[in-house]
Amino acid sequence: MRALRSGAPQLLAFAAVLLADRLASPQFLAVHLQDGRLFGSLVDVFNRGAPVALLSLGMVLVVATGGIDLSVGAVMAIAGAVAASLADTYPLPVVLAAALGTGLACGLWNGFLVASLRIRPIVATLILMVAGRGIAQLITEGRIVTFASPDLAFLGGGAVLGVPMPVVLVLAMLLLTLALVRGSALGLMIEATGGNARASALAGIDTRAVTVAVYAWSGLCAALAGVVAAADILGADANNAGLWLELDAILAVVVAGSSLLGGRFSLWLAVLGAFIIQAMNTGILLSGLPPELNLVVKAAVVLVVLLVQSPRLAGLTLLLRKP
Amino acid sequence: MRGTISIKAMLAGALLAWAGAAQAASLTVGFSQIGSESGWRAAETTVTKAEAKKRGITVKVADAQQKQENQIKAIRSFVAQGVDAILLAPVVATGWDSVLKEARDAKIPVILLDRDIDPAGKDLYLTAVTSDSVEEGRVAGAWLAKTVGDKPCNVVELQGTVGASVATNRKKGFDAAIAPHANLKLVRSQTGEFTRAKGKEVMESFIKAEGGRSICAVYAHNDDMMVGAIQAMKEAGLKPGKDILTVSIDAVPDIFKAMAAGDANATVELTPDMAGPAFDALKAYKDKGTVPPKWIQTESKLYTAADDPMKVYDSKKNLGY
Repeated sequence: MRALRSGAPQLLAFAAVLLADRLASPQFLAVHLQDGRLFGSLVDVFNRGAPVALLSLGMVLVVATGGIDLSVGAVMAIAGAVAASLADTYPLPVVLAAALGTGLACGLWNGFLVASLRIRPIVATLILMVAGRGIAQLITEGRIVTFASPDLAFLGGGAVLGVPMPVVLVLAMLLLTLALVRGSALGLMIEATGGNARASALAGIDTRAVTVAVYAWSGLCAALAGVVAAADILGADANNAGLWLELDAILAVVVAGSSLLGGRFSLWLAVLGAFIIQAMNTGILLSGLPPELNLVVKAAVVLVVLLVQSPRLAGLTLLLRKP
Repeated sequence: MRGTISIKAMLAGALLAWAGAAQAASLTVGFSQIGSESGWRAAETTVTKAEAKKRGITVKVADAQQKQENQIKAIRSFVAQGVDAILLAPVVATGWDSVLKEARDAKIPVILLDRDIDPAGKDLYLTAVTSDSVEEGRVAGAWLAKTVGDKPCNVVELQGTVGASVATNRKKGFDAAIAPHANLKLVRSQTGEFTRAKGKEVMESFIKAEGGRSICAVYAHNDDMMVGAIQAMKEAGLKPGKDILTVSIDAVPDIFKAMAAGDANATVELTPDMAGPAFDALKAYKDKGTVPPKWIQTESKLYTAADDPMKVYDSKKNLGY
């Protein structure tokens, strides 16, 4: 209940965006089964939003420690490239282990730079953001690597009880992350590290290990997002996979009400933030507006959502109401 | 004594032979390539090397990693090496004046590949070998108009990246080609940003907004978006190539695979062979002094299922797309 109340602005924003989508496109809420898979624009919102939702699950933890991970888009490209290159020769568990392991290694590298070498997170992760895409291109040799493996394709196009597989993966990752972070004191330690790293260290929290852990988790989530993106188009496109999605993930975290300075965070609101962004994207596509307006509309909606959350603005309206 | 003379004679002979070989093994050409921005670029580099080999030309490729400053450095180094000519695939249209003047002062002809530069620099290069992207759109539109005939047809369009000149031109050409046919109606047009993932996402939204059965054809500004769109149509229970006609541009290998499977109908080729015509023009210029026209336009060839798509696929699959 408390969680629901704290997420009121986000839920309201999500409802408002969905309503706007419904107005733009009358069949927006219509859902039916197609080849054993739910089919409809509303399903697209969740299905297409899945990669960013996965990214935001890792990003929200990194942001909670006061850091930022710019490399997630590039890690997506690397993991997708690894998965697509191996998919036709190895069984799915091996492919997944390789792709997710690569993502984990990328995350550990970021964590090492930030926690041990004390490089500013924005610079430390910028390194992999730039180099990572190059690594992905090296793996794919600059071409789109396609695969035929139905197992890997299932992760993008399959469905469980009608629910598209990417959405299932988001739910599973959300529950897993919740269990790890909120089921133990880890979440508290992450928030403490973000709130005041020095004080937390003095209080006995191993802030370095906490920092490495969140970047590693972010890398893992990004790798899963990359696998989903590759499975969706049955190929790895190193030039474009995950391109600029780090910004959408950061946006999702901000829309979820997290402070970029670190501290408190909410996992499910971060996922909701990602779906709010995707609901906008899908709505714009359905509206038939000229493509030149895509980004303008998106920016305006984000601005409104952030304004609604702003405590200053809330204070201002209270002041106006008082006399 | 006799021994020394014979060694001298042999040396002289070897020298002469070497000089002769140098003259016969004609040209050395420097090629400043943009970088690995797409599979097409990789194919262009592969074809350039192959075309050079065919003509006995030595080609030195410099990869600029999408940066103009790297291209300028590469051109300067080609000038310093004294190459016979420079091929340049310019990453942007402006800012080439001073470096191209250096090349001109060194009497090294520069040929532009695939993209043109700012009109102010027209006298700074020998010729530009490019494709006409308006023509590509026109060929695609003409094919659709001819195939559909008089039936009413709702067309949806997957545009390239907003603001990219290729996207603007391919739209312009297509619009012009279907304009005289009142039965062809462009009902939806959105950007798929030239990528498979976006092409699929946008096509999904088109199918939902218009209803899959009421769409008669889809036109994509590149094949990658079409490959994504084909997946979207299949997932919606539609038969691409039959329920919905497809026409796209570029002619990358994967679209031929789709065509062979009956999922795609037509593609217009953006040939990766820009260097072939460039080398021909260069040879004529060097040997006979023939000055080529300022613009050499490559052919925008249409491919359909009638062109043995599997064979085309096999010929293209190893080019590096």
